[in-house]
Amino acid sequence: MSALFQKVIRANEFYVFLVIVAVCLLIQVRSGQFFTANNLVDLANAMVVPGLFAIGAFLVIVSGGIDVSFPALASLAVYAVTRFLVDSHYEGGILLPFAMVIGLGALLGAFNGLFTSRLAVPSLIITLGTANVFSGVMQGALSSVQIAKIPPAMAEFGRSSLFVATNPVSGLTSSMPVSFLILVVVAAIVFFLLRFTMFGRGIFAIGGDESAASRAGFNVRRTKFWLYVIVGVIAAVAGLIRTCGMGQMHPTNLLGMEMMVIAAVVLGGTAITGGTGSLTGVMLGTLLIVIVQNSMILLGIPTFWQQFSLGLLIIVGTGISALQIARSGNGLRAVLR
Amino acid sequence: MKGAAVQTLLSRSGSLRALSRDTHLTRLLVMLAVLVGFFAIVKTEGFFNLLTWQSMAIQFPEFGLMALGVMLTMITAGIDLSVVGVANMAAIGAAVVMLGMAPRGADPATATGAIAVAICLALATGAAAGALNGFLVAKVRIPPILATLGTFELFTGIAILITGGKPKSGLPALYGEVFAGKLFGLIPVPLIVFAVATVLIWLLMTRTAFGTKIYMLGTNATAARFSGLNTTSLLVRTYTLSGLYASLAGLVMLANYNSAKADYGSTYTLLAVLIVVLGGVNPNGGNGRLLGVVLAILILQILSSGLNMFPNISNFYRPLIWGGVLLAVITANHLSGRRSSHRTSKGQGQTK
Repeated sequence: MSALFQKVIRANEFYVFLVIVAVCLLIQVRSGQFFTANNLVDLANAMVVPGLFAIGAFLVIVSGGIDVSFPALASLAVYAVTRFLVDSHYEGGILLPFAMVIGLGALLGAFNGLFTSRLAVPSLIITLGTANVFSGVMQGALSSVQIAKIPPAMAEFGRSSLFVATNPVSGLTSSMPVSFLILVVVAAIVFFLLRFTMFGRGIFAIGGDESAASRAGFNVRRTKFWLYVIVGVIAAVAGLIRTCGMGQMHPTNLLGMEMMVIAAVVLGGTAITGGTGSLTGVMLGTLLIVIVQNSMILLGIPTFWQQFSLGLLIIVGTGISALQIARSGNGLRAVLR
Repeated sequence: MKGAAVQTLLSRSGSLRALSRDTHLTRLLVMLAVLVGFFAIVKTEGFFNLLTWQSMAIQFPEFGLMALGVMLTMITAGIDLSVVGVANMAAIGAAVVMLGMAPRGADPATATGAIAVAICLALATGAAAGALNGFLVAKVRIPPILATLGTFELFTGIAILITGGKPKSGLPALYGEVFAGKLFGLIPVPLIVFAVATVLIWLLMTRTAFGTKIYMLGTNATAARFSGLNTTSLLVRTYTLSGLYASLAGLVMLANYNSAKADYGSTYTLLAVLIVVLGGVNPNGGNGRLLGVVLAILILQILSSGLNMFPNISNFYRPLIWGGVLLAVITANHLSGRRSSHRTSKGQGQTK
């Protein structure tokens, strides 16, 4: 029992959890609206898309890289699929859109993977390039515009809810979207992948030390390639969920989200230099950022503060993580990958 | 066996390395010539117009100055992604000072004073912002990518807080006039600013110990520290310089747009990184020449202005072209690196 206790208080996640509790209490005291059924459901709803993105970004960061292309990737995949389905007057179920988006996401992820697995160039620079290629293809070649009327199956999926929570005081209702289940399922699959497969161990090994992983027998290239394919799929699914949830396709809606997601992953205790991190931490980090962003309105703080506070969160979060790495003696490796 | 040893020796010796660098410069010169040739033939009239070249000379100092700063940081094996944020924050600071000290209708003397104070403040802001980056990278040891992405959000956030997200305009007319002026009626002032800034960097890189030290630091940080270099101070100074140059870019943007806003120049981050990588600077540090970067700036400006002459190519294609060029260049560098076996891009901390 005491060993477990020791383990808990040493874990990074525990402190993130404490911060979340403190923030929640602060908001509750200031607004009195935090611990209401509908606010909590709203938060869960707002978690889905950033949560999925964060899982993808987490996988890349654990492998020692950084991916800034996933919002552009998701936008392009979902825009292309939505455009195609709308133009062909698609009336069928939701499965085909998902299948197409997954296929396209895998393809675009493979594009990322091709470069990142073969070039000894920091993955940030590569994904900066591919992100621009993706958004250039979407805005230039496909000349993207807002699509107000998405296929009925997608709109219906966006409206479908698991249950509806009502605020007894204000009477406001919030519904829990079915897509929350997708977040749970993806998190479970990735958890399994990281825990119980050689592929998952390979991701951690590469992030810890690439040449050591290679000598230990991991196929670094293949692991990295499939890693980016998987991340592409997760990002594209998140994009589709966002589009369904909004009830319309807004091509640039997701762009610019990458920093918030990376901040969430790093806040959750994932080592920025790769090799360590936990899915629990990622989910807690995402929750913290979503709470902060959603609650600014409850607290009456102007939205102008959002970008500033995000920057501060990133610097403080990465700073703490970097100092921890330096203290654990790995400091010399804490440089650009 | 012996052949391999000789080859190693040769590749270590300066002459061969200079040659291999020169092949990259040659490649850049060829690219430049091809581009100029292409646009000269396809769009002869527009391309040989003096106005085209003058407008280019006004435009490229904006991202060219940022690229110079990014180049310095990349030579130390870092990167500075906050340059656009620094530029906007500095420009907004300058605009606020000018508007405060010399509101519309102020007399020329007041306006001159206000402009001088504003420029000093903007440069100081840039240097301070850069120093913060340097502190985060060197002392707190956040990887440069994350530190500068974070400060980018922070600086942009500050810019939004100051302006409320709206543009700041109505600057004293004198400010715009100075930057719109032309030396001998021919050379635009931004180009002069850029030329002076480039020469200063060149002196710094070739004539001072600082220049040699940042190459050493970028080649092998551990070795540099063990040879007694104060790496912390070096990094802080490098990032401070980068911030200073970014704020200079901000001042040029302020003059060119005659206003300042938190989200101006949003594509310049990628452009600056692209220029530096295209210019032959190794993203893993320790390698790269100023001349290559200047050539890369010219290539991209000519490409951009040339594309402008084709009205049916939408502006939205631009990110596609920038991203595509970036990917093509790093792939080409990788392939040519593999061919001359000793120039393979190396991981962190490996000697060359």
